[in-house]
Amino acid sequence: MDYAFIGISFLKIVGLLAFVLGLMNYAVYAERRVSALMQDRLGPNRVGFAGLLQPIADAGKFLLKEQFTPAHVNKLYYFLAPCLAMMPAVITLSVLPFGSTLFGVPMVIADINVGILFIFAIASLGVYGIVLGGWASNSKYPFLGGVRSSSQMISYELSLGLAVIPVFLLVGNLRLTSVVQYQIDHGWLVAPFVGDWTNPVKWLLAIPMLISFVVFTIAILAETNRLPFDLPEAEQELAGGYHTEYASMKFGLFFLGEYIAMITGSGIITTLFLGGWHFPGIPDGSHGWIFGLINIAIFFAKVCALIFFMMWIRWTLPRFRWDQLMRLGWLFFFEIALVNIFLVAIILAYFKL
Amino acid sequence: MAITVPRPNLNWRERMFLPAIAAGLAITIKHFKNMIFRRTKVTMEYPEEKWDPNLPDHYRGAPALVRDTDGRVRCVACQLCEFICPPRAIKIIPGEISKNDRFAKVEKYPNEFDIDMVRCIYCGMCEEVCPEQAIYLRKDYAITGFTREDMVHHKDKLLEIGGVMHGVVLKWNQKK
Repeated sequence: MDYAFIGISFLKIVGLLAFVLGLMNYAVYAERRVSALMQDRLGPNRVGFAGLLQPIADAGKFLLKEQFTPAHVNKLYYFLAPCLAMMPAVITLSVLPFGSTLFGVPMVIADINVGILFIFAIASLGVYGIVLGGWASNSKYPFLGGVRSSSQMISYELSLGLAVIPVFLLVGNLRLTSVVQYQIDHGWLVAPFVGDWTNPVKWLLAIPMLISFVVFTIAILAETNRLPFDLPEAEQELAGGYHTEYASMKFGLFFLGEYIAMITGSGIITTLFLGGWHFPGIPDGSHGWIFGLINIAIFFAKVCALIFFMMWIRWTLPRFRWDQLMRLGWLFFFEIALVNIFLVAIILAYFKL
Repeated sequence: MAITVPRPNLNWRERMFLPAIAAGLAITIKHFKNMIFRRTKVTMEYPEEKWDPNLPDHYRGAPALVRDTDGRVRCVACQLCEFICPPRAIKIIPGEISKNDRFAKVEKYPNEFDIDMVRCIYCGMCEEVCPEQAIYLRKDYAITGFTREDMVHHKDKLLEIGGVMHGVVLKWNQKK
């Protein structure tokens, strides 16, 4: 273990975390503005130019509010839950390749060879925060939110896991950087325009990849508790669900966790299906640090586009009913993802790719 | 009696919901686009833009005292408004007009006339009950203050809001 590695890793961690926290703050702002504009309203536009200082004002509000703890809660779990809700989303960021190289340093904090397994293992922990929050609140609406969250997670983790198997059948490696490298060589999985794109098998493979992409995106929406799958929160039904009894920064952590999970989820989708930091015609960081920065910018531009898409979905679709959600998860996406694996396996076996 | 809600039989295309979802997404992005390019204009941004020129004549804003064209405060301190006022926002202390004044025959004038704008409910009963047409609800609606005392409109403030009322009956003129 040399000190340079520790120092560089530390710098990467601090830089990425700071950037993602800033991005998350502005994702909240964007959510409010986008939702407002989609409903013909204006949204927050007073604090600073066009309301750009609103996130800072919000953060200040959260920090200065009273840390109120209701008398009837289970204290330990009550304090543990917000941290558990936020930490998995942050930890998952560590394996995402968010850029090529910058000054010869690979822009991924931990390039481990079980990348996607690590993501699933950690991301599944996110449900504990919600369930514990619901349980510790000792109140019926949070409890219902927690119960809903756990069963929703079980229904969607399956299709989430199964939907990415075709990707790894194709790539043959669980390391996320090699997924990105594969997409640089052979074209993005959902749009193989670069590399050997004249090969018709590539386009045949793009069909199951598109199915995988859709299923995975929907599962990520469910995983991050976004509409139309926000049953654990369900403001209209459960008065906020699992975070009803929370106030000030403890609520803030739940909120933060949700939005960081959105960023992480978008990052996973980008890495797996949309070519990661790669954009046709732009070289990687070995051609100069400016390209390294551009690669990072491309990655986060893709993430932002996906976040916008999530907001777009949110303000279009109504929430699913509970039985509809279960039916969708168990009877449709599970089967589609399963069939998709066989489809890809057959194509790969037949064409000897 | 139980009512069975008829469920429509959807064909396979409708049951996929994807066309419906796409149509919904198109609608929301259309609204978003129109707002971005400022083609829709719904919200009026209040302190910068106001609706004031469009306020109707019968708008019930802050009550105010008026002077007539002779410059006399029309109020004769009869205290009817004080009695009718539902939230008891008005307080009048009458004074006597001196014998050698031009309007000596009016006899009383409001020495103090306070309207507590914290209490006022803008109902317009004072205007309705006034036999002298001396109190009117004007179009001022943004009445603010830092203390409760700030929110009490004294006589000079009320006259300032009210101004001069033209074209009303002048029943205390000398000739009448």
